[in-house]
Amino acid sequence: MDKGPMTDIVQASLPPLRLVRRPFVLAGLAVLLGLTFVLALAVGAMPIPLREVIAILFGFDADSQSQAIILGLRLPRAVLAILVGAGLGLSGAALQGLFRNPLADPGLIGISGGAALGAVGIIVLGHMLVAIIPFAADPRLMPLAAFVGGLIATFATERLAHHRGVAATGTLLLAGIAINAIAGALMGILIFMSDDNQLREITFWTMGSLAKGGWSGALLAGPFVVLAILVMLRYSQALNAMLLGEREAMHLGVSVERLKRIVMVAAALAVGASVAVTGIIAFVGVVVPHLVRMAAGPDHRIVLPGSALLGASLLLVADSLARVIVIPAELPIGLMTSLIGSPFFLWLLLHRKGLKS
Amino acid sequence: MIEAHGITVRAGNRALIKDISFNVMPGRITALLGPNGAGKSTMISVLSGERRPDEGSVLIDGVDLKLVKPLALARQRAVLLQNSTLDFAFTVAEVVGLGRLPFTASEQAADDEAALSDVRRIAGIEELWEQLYQTLSGGERQRVQFARALAQIWHRRGDETPRYLFLDEPTSALDLRHRRALLETARLLADSGIGVLAVLHDLNLAADYADEVVLLRHGEILSAGETKATLSEDNLSICFDLPVEVMVRPDGRSVILA
Repeated sequence: MDKGPMTDIVQASLPPLRLVRRPFVLAGLAVLLGLTFVLALAVGAMPIPLREVIAILFGFDADSQSQAIILGLRLPRAVLAILVGAGLGLSGAALQGLFRNPLADPGLIGISGGAALGAVGIIVLGHMLVAIIPFAADPRLMPLAAFVGGLIATFATERLAHHRGVAATGTLLLAGIAINAIAGALMGILIFMSDDNQLREITFWTMGSLAKGGWSGALLAGPFVVLAILVMLRYSQALNAMLLGEREAMHLGVSVERLKRIVMVAAALAVGASVAVTGIIAFVGVVVPHLVRMAAGPDHRIVLPGSALLGASLLLVADSLARVIVIPAELPIGLMTSLIGSPFFLWLLLHRKGLKS
Repeated sequence: MIEAHGITVRAGNRALIKDISFNVMPGRITALLGPNGAGKSTMISVLSGERRPDEGSVLIDGVDLKLVKPLALARQRAVLLQNSTLDFAFTVAEVVGLGRLPFTASEQAADDEAALSDVRRIAGIEELWEQLYQTLSGGERQRVQFARALAQIWHRRGDETPRYLFLDEPTSALDLRHRRALLETARLLADSGIGVLAVLHDLNLAADYADEVVLLRHGEILSAGETKATLSEDNLSICFDLPVEVMVRPDGRSVILA
């Protein structure tokens, strides 16, 4: 190889370099997503054989009752699980890169709380304002309100926790606690003001569930989540540079402030749209990227799409479990992810080396 | 050429550096020397475009640094900072590979492999290549970061764009042999046309390798110019507030004792 002046400086000659890439991780996760998707369609109060599920998906004739269950109930729910899981997983991964902290989860740092507050604000205040502003109670406003709430919470956390280019774990989590406390207090006021019907709806937001979304929910959240995912995927290399440090990233040509704004807005968009349809689903954003990093290393070109794929699979599995554990009732999925995620988070806290504030 | 014109930086009422002017020339090593708190790192952060000076301006090849986009700047200038921390499990190969980030989706992306192959040999980190950065010693990490900076300014033969390398205390964690090796590399890079600016603590390294020296004291230039003349006993004794002796060996090399 003789290409540049530095080649002259090199004395010895080595075989050309081959960087190890890990595309098989992404391929494996894509296969996993396909399997969990079919599984989610098959299981439930009325199990449907896999062969029938696939026949229905490909439009072959099948039992009309099964067809109605799958296309009318389970498919929209599975699509919603994929959207929300992918959005939460990828947002978590991107925020962790941005904050240079593997514990930054949309729920823990207050985005979900802020977003839920925005959505609940529409439920309660919207009905009061409906006399003045006719469209104030329109459920389609919820993603917008959740997005704004999530965005404010994200920027507040960033302001509170970011010092000299690093969000120290302690400060970050404390800032998240503070933001969540404020959101919780304001939510308390709204709950106090709400009537019985609204109260039931609010409880639904705080526990998280895919049950009510349906096709309309998937269509409502879908465009926002997909847009946010596509935006964040474009910045995988810039996020890699951020892991070296903010100043280092700047010297590598990354417009750091712009990157921060774009990723935080995109994450708030994905999380806000998800929360508006399904309520708070915690820990997906911290568990999923961590698992992908364990398998493939911290390169965001793999961690970001990998977290989207695994987040979607995880939520499909969690929702399938939520639907079959207490048949004929079902558990809220937010409860499921918290049950799985919080011990995992605890384990992370205890075992992470270099967890200093 | 990078030109600093009358740079002043203040923190509150205190001036960290006052009215500093000097040039970083392609093909030469300029050493920035001075005691702690003299303003060396501040000067690096101004020259690298990280910090806007309160007064004065920086020109890179005749263009005001304020007008140069971060990406364009990154394509011709690499900076090795002190104390880089990394909490994520990147391999050495991945860290060095990030040096090629400014060339993503550009024509020069085709050179990535050649660049990485060259710099890992130049920096002597072949054995570390597949290891996790977090498991390395301080000195090894410094050499890896140096390799990353080299990957950033690697260029094809015939590419005449001036390139610059800023080193902020690049040898602080290195042992004797690797200090010399790093400056030998800087010397060769300068000979190939790269403009090198280095903050150094070891005066003897500066005496051996620098073409020019800028002596800073209390945020001002005490003396600047050709290395041998600038590193005089008088200048150094005033600069470091300590009696300094300069001995000239028979082969012409200076040895500085304090």
